[in-house]
Amino acid sequence: MEHAMFSVASLDSGYGQSKVINGISLDVGQKEIVAVMGRNGMGKTTFFKTLMGIIPTMSGDVKVDGQSLNGMESFNRVRNGIAYVPQGRMIFSNMTVLENIQTGLPSSVRNNKVPDDIYALFPVLYDMRARKGGNLSGGQQQQLAIARALVTNPKVLLLDEPTEGIQPSIIKDIAKTLKEIRKSKGLTIIVSEQVLSFTLEIADRFCVIEKGRFVYQDISANVDESIISKYLSV
Amino acid sequence: MDGYSLSDLFSIVVMQGFSGLSLFSVLLLMALGLAIIFGQMGVINMAHGEFMTIGAYTIYLTSKFTESYLPSFMPYYFIAAILASFVIAFGAGYLLEFLLIRHLYKRPLDTLLATWGLSLILQQVFRSAFGAREVSATLPDWLMGSWKPTPSIDIPLNGLFVMAMSILVTGLVGLFLFKSKWGLKVRATTQNRIMAGAVGINTKMVDRVTFAIGCGIAGVAGACFTTIASTGPTSGSLYIVDTFLVVVFGGTASLFGTIASAFSIAQAQSILTFFLTNAMGKVVTLLTIIAILMMRPEGLLRSKVRR
Repeated sequence: MEHAMFSVASLDSGYGQSKVINGISLDVGQKEIVAVMGRNGMGKTTFFKTLMGIIPTMSGDVKVDGQSLNGMESFNRVRNGIAYVPQGRMIFSNMTVLENIQTGLPSSVRNNKVPDDIYALFPVLYDMRARKGGNLSGGQQQQLAIARALVTNPKVLLLDEPTEGIQPSIIKDIAKTLKEIRKSKGLTIIVSEQVLSFTLEIADRFCVIEKGRFVYQDISANVDESIISKYLSV
Repeated sequence: MDGYSLSDLFSIVVMQGFSGLSLFSVLLLMALGLAIIFGQMGVINMAHGEFMTIGAYTIYLTSKFTESYLPSFMPYYFIAAILASFVIAFGAGYLLEFLLIRHLYKRPLDTLLATWGLSLILQQVFRSAFGAREVSATLPDWLMGSWKPTPSIDIPLNGLFVMAMSILVTGLVGLFLFKSKWGLKVRATTQNRIMAGAVGINTKMVDRVTFAIGCGIAGVAGACFTTIASTGPTSGSLYIVDTFLVVVFGGTASLFGTIASAFSIAQAQSILTFFLTNAMGKVVTLLTIIAILMMRPEGLLRSKVRR
């Protein structure tokens, strides 16, 4: 790959004095899907929150399409092409489905009109557009969170444990949708997971995170399922 | 209640009820601003009453100015003055957020102290600038007089005007919050600040504008206040306690809760003060509110949604 769409260089971060992420580096090409695997408490969510500017970076650099995000606040990172689907989905529960999607729209969009391709990807959101976000099922909320991230027109999409608490049939749908948007929008996707079956289906490359470090990396063709399972088992 | 005939009682209830409505209007305008600021940023603005006073003095100054330089404009100045009081209170709020409040968001107790200090400073500034004596704006003629539907009922026009203003402003705030792009950002930030930032909303800017709008509405409350009472340096601080009551009683996340709570508190006080003494009226109202809050800690209304 000539120049990485998304690159992380020796990133350190954590809470207060305690360092959680220790010198993570990662280069991801356009249209590539990378899975970050690891058990609870290994730093997946902290890594993602640091990338989004929710937790301050101690040192290192993050670049989207060559543009450094250093020192930017979350909203500016989003404007520079990074979008985030957090763990637990974090839907605005008191707002309608339509309003939830609209929060992600850039201000230049006229009348806050949601693009049609979003509803084509997630027809259920169109049917439920007048419902409160908090009254949707887990799977529907996950789709809503992805739609809300997609309308920001990202180059890089981060998904933090998207399958958590979601029924298997919907997990399959989500895998299908992610592959579809990667193709149609040329999106780079980074997904953190504990569930191997989901990532085996979508990821081009695997990284295993342990105690804030990448301890194993390989492309999916070479990936030995048993090695990753060993890292994931308690 | 001896000595009142049935028709007397009816007239009293109507007139006291109406004076309760005027009180309700001012309280509602005050509480709206306080509620959206508290709801979004968790900041309790102890100086909110002083923004009301800023609005009131703006009306006073505009009326003096118009009287001396543009006497022919006298019948209309009041409308322009209301806009001016919004703009000036908005500007002052914007500045205050920028200079002071934004540095204290993570320290709620310090905001309480800082804004209380600010309220004392502002009161002294008013005293130095306008004197300790209460002043009154010269109201246009169409705000004077009253409407008499029956011989024993007397409803003052200025009260009607204040009510119309508060309905208008409440409607505008509702439209702003629920129909505008900016309102969408405000509601998203109120619900989940971190997530709002992570979908691309500049939450700090939203905070500043929300704070300024809350203060601007207090300015309009002050403008309305001048039509029913005269303005002194501490006029605003007299309203602040009742305003807090309204906000807490109404439930912080709900526009309708604020309206319902302002209405019931104002009516209770106005009608009770007539039959009991002023102090007893307040005591009874307070006790009732405490009892209700013990049963419904989240306030009158709360939203029905899974969290």
